[in-house]
Amino acid sequence: MAPRAAHELPPLPFPIETFEFHWGKHHRAYVTNMNNQIQGSDLEKLSLEELIHKSWNNGEPTPVFNNAAQTLNHTFFWESLSPNGGGEPSGKLAEAIKKEFGSLDKFKEEFGAAGATQFGSGWAWLVEAGGKLAIRKTPNAVNPIVNGEKPLLTLDVWEHAYYLDFQNRRPDFIKNFWNLVNWDKVRLG
Amino acid sequence: MLSCAASAVRSGPSTLFRGVGLRGMATGQDLKLPALPYDYDALAPVIIPEIMEIHLTKHHQAYVTGFNNALAQLKDAEAKTDPSAIVGLQSALKFNGGGHINHAIFWKSLIPPKAWPAPGREFQPPSGPLEEQIKATWGSLDTFTAKFNAAAAGVQGSGWGWLAYNPETKGLQIATTANQDPLQPTTKLIPLLGVDVWEHAYYLQYKNVRPDYLKEIWKVINWKEAGDRFAAASKV
Repeated sequence: MAPRAAHELPPLPFPIETFEFHWGKHHRAYVTNMNNQIQGSDLEKLSLEELIHKSWNNGEPTPVFNNAAQTLNHTFFWESLSPNGGGEPSGKLAEAIKKEFGSLDKFKEEFGAAGATQFGSGWAWLVEAGGKLAIRKTPNAVNPIVNGEKPLLTLDVWEHAYYLDFQNRRPDFIKNFWNLVNWDKVRLG
Repeated sequence: MLSCAASAVRSGPSTLFRGVGLRGMATGQDLKLPALPYDYDALAPVIIPEIMEIHLTKHHQAYVTGFNNALAQLKDAEAKTDPSAIVGLQSALKFNGGGHINHAIFWKSLIPPKAWPAPGREFQPPSGPLEEQIKATWGSLDTFTAKFNAAAAGVQGSGWGWLAYNPETKGLQIATTANQDPLQPTTKLIPLLGVDVWEHAYYLQYKNVRPDYLKEIWKVINWKEAGDRFAAASKV
C-alpha cells in the first residue's frame, strides 16, 4: 500500500467557542502525537480505524492506541453534537430506543447513569451490538469498536469536557448534552 | 476571607446520619472530610483558591460521601452475608475510599511557601536522610523532579504521581496510580508525596497543559512532610 498522508485534524462541524480548548488543544494534540508516533513506520499506511484495532492489540494496547482512539472518539463526539440539536429522535431510531429501553426518558436515564458512574476518565456510548441497541461506558480512550460493536452516539466524560463550564458537576453536563445531541447523525443498521 | 474547610463537613448525608447507620445501628465511624492545613488562597499563584475550594468541598467531599454510602451498604450486605452484594460494592469502596486516602495525603503534601521557617525562601528542598536518599537514587533533586514529572504527565486519563518508599528494597521510587487507586493498599509502596493529576486538580488554571502545573507545583511541595513519612517508613 502506498504511504498515506499524515492524519489531519478534521474541522469542527460547527463553530462553537467553548470547544477551542477541547478541539483546538486536546483533540489536536491527540492527532499530532499520533502522527509523530507512527511517522516512518508501517502504521502510517493504515486507516485510523485499522490503526486503532492494531494498536488495541487484543487488550494490551500499544502506546499509539491512546492517541489514535482519542482522535476517533473526539471526531465522533463532535458529530454527536449540534448547535441545533436536542429534541427527540424519530423513525426507526425512535422505535428501536422505545423497544430496547421502554422510552426515550428511560434511555436518557441509563445513558446518563453510564456517564456519571464511569469512575475517572472515559466515555458513555449508545452502540449497536448483536443487532440490538445497548449502552456502554468505557475508560480513558477505549472505543467500542475494539469489541466489534458499532458506536451510534457518544458523550465525553473526561473532566476536560466539562470542567470550564460545569466544574465538578458532571451530572449537569450530562443533562445539558440532551440539548445538543444530534439525533440526525445516529445511523442505525 | 478564611473559608474554613471545617464548614464543608456540614454538607453531605454522611454527617446527617453521623453515628447512626441506615438501619439505626450505631456506626460512629463514618469518614470525615479533613480540614486543609492552610487557607484556600495560601498556595496562590501556584494553585488558585478557586481550585482549592472546589477540589476540597466538591471532589474530596464526594469521595467521603460516596465511601460512607458504600460502607453503609456493605454493612447491610455483611449482615445478610450476601456475597454478590459485597463483591458488587468493591469498586465503589476502592474508588471512593481511595479518593479520600489520596486527597488526605495530597493536602499534606502541599504547603504555602510562607509557612516555611526561613523567610524569603520560595522553595524548601528536602533535607536530611531523605535528601541523601534522593541524591543516591537519582543523582540530584532536579533529575528526580524531571523523572517524576515525566511519569505524572504520562498518566493516561486520571491518576496520581507518587514519590514512594519501597519497604522491600528499602529504596525510593517514583510510582503512578490510575484513577483513585490508593498506593499502599494496591502496591504495598508507601507514599511519601502525592501529586493529583486528575484534570480537576489543575484545569481551571492550567487548562490542558498538565506539564506546566507539574513544573509549578514543586514550589509548594511539603518536603518536611515527605521527610517525616520517610523516617517513619524506613524505621520499620
